[in-house]
Amino acid sequence: MLEVGTQAPDFELYAAPDQKVKLSQLNVKKVILAFYPADWSPVCGDQMALYNEMLQLFRKQNAVMVGISVDSKWCHQAFSLDRKLHFPILSDFEPKGAVAKLYQVYDEKEGECKRALYLIDEDGIIRWNYLSPVDINPGADGILEALDEMNKK
Amino acid sequence: MAKLKPPISNKDHIQGNPEASVELVEYGDYQCPYCGQAYPVIKSIQAKMGDKLKFVFRNFPLSEIHQRAAYAAVAAEAAGFQDKFWEMHDILFENQRNLQDEDLIKYAEQLNLNMKKFQEDFRNREYREKVESDFESGVRSGVNATPSFFINGAKYEGSLENMVHHLENLIYPSAKG
Repeated sequence: MLEVGTQAPDFELYAAPDQKVKLSQLNVKKVILAFYPADWSPVCGDQMALYNEMLQLFRKQNAVMVGISVDSKWCHQAFSLDRKLHFPILSDFEPKGAVAKLYQVYDEKEGECKRALYLIDEDGIIRWNYLSPVDINPGADGILEALDEMNKK
Repeated sequence: MAKLKPPISNKDHIQGNPEASVELVEYGDYQCPYCGQAYPVIKSIQAKMGDKLKFVFRNFPLSEIHQRAAYAAVAAEAAGFQDKFWEMHDILFENQRNLQDEDLIKYAEQLNLNMKKFQEDFRNREYREKVESDFESGVRSGVNATPSFFINGAKYEGSLENMVHHLENLIYPSAKG
């Protein structure tokens, strides 16, 4: 993974079929980048469904959540509608996994993103990172602790 | 290892022996089918372990995918104020598909609650905040799915089927050899 204390590389990806976003645009706030393998995991244990319930908690810490997987923008749109997600999930689709590779969290064998988290501050510096076993939803205790720690200073 | 934060306190709903040395905490969602499946398993564990076990239920409603879950949670908290938390908890898990407002009111009537008080409490911000604070404590404790269980403060990652053996081993460590 990219190291804590280093600059987070900027990128631009589709957030919706007709809308692209840049990290630098989101980065007026703290940004949590959640790379995950694929849309459509079972509902009650789904990482994105959990984060979706936590947006208010992230907002309190002046942070925004962004999901990233290699699924297409149309797949993301359907997933997002089905799960009623209220935060962007970005499509690292073409060239496939380019941003995941840039952030050193691409699984070449599966052709998917690994399950990895980055917390980036308002200056675009990586302040915390975490790589989870691919079959384990890392939850959000680590993210909240890292945000608490950042906001203390 | 994920740890229960905060530990069990008098703000929690406790069933069984409050002095028991084995503590089981569930973070659950009344509309979640997996929590519904866990409900009778927990009941059988409680029956088997009797006063050796303390059981606590904390709310973890995934409101966007289970739109009635938070309302059901508030109804149970409001019933709790009238000392009927566990009765309502049981009714809700036994009727997971029927959690509309009119259903919740019907259950409150079945429990002979003071309906004026219940209706007031159901809309009371205080009970919603209790549910939200349970949720936040769950997230901070490392809850990543429902149901999630904590045994003596540590997150239990095993299966529901093995839970009873795990709990019994805590009481009779020699039994396993």
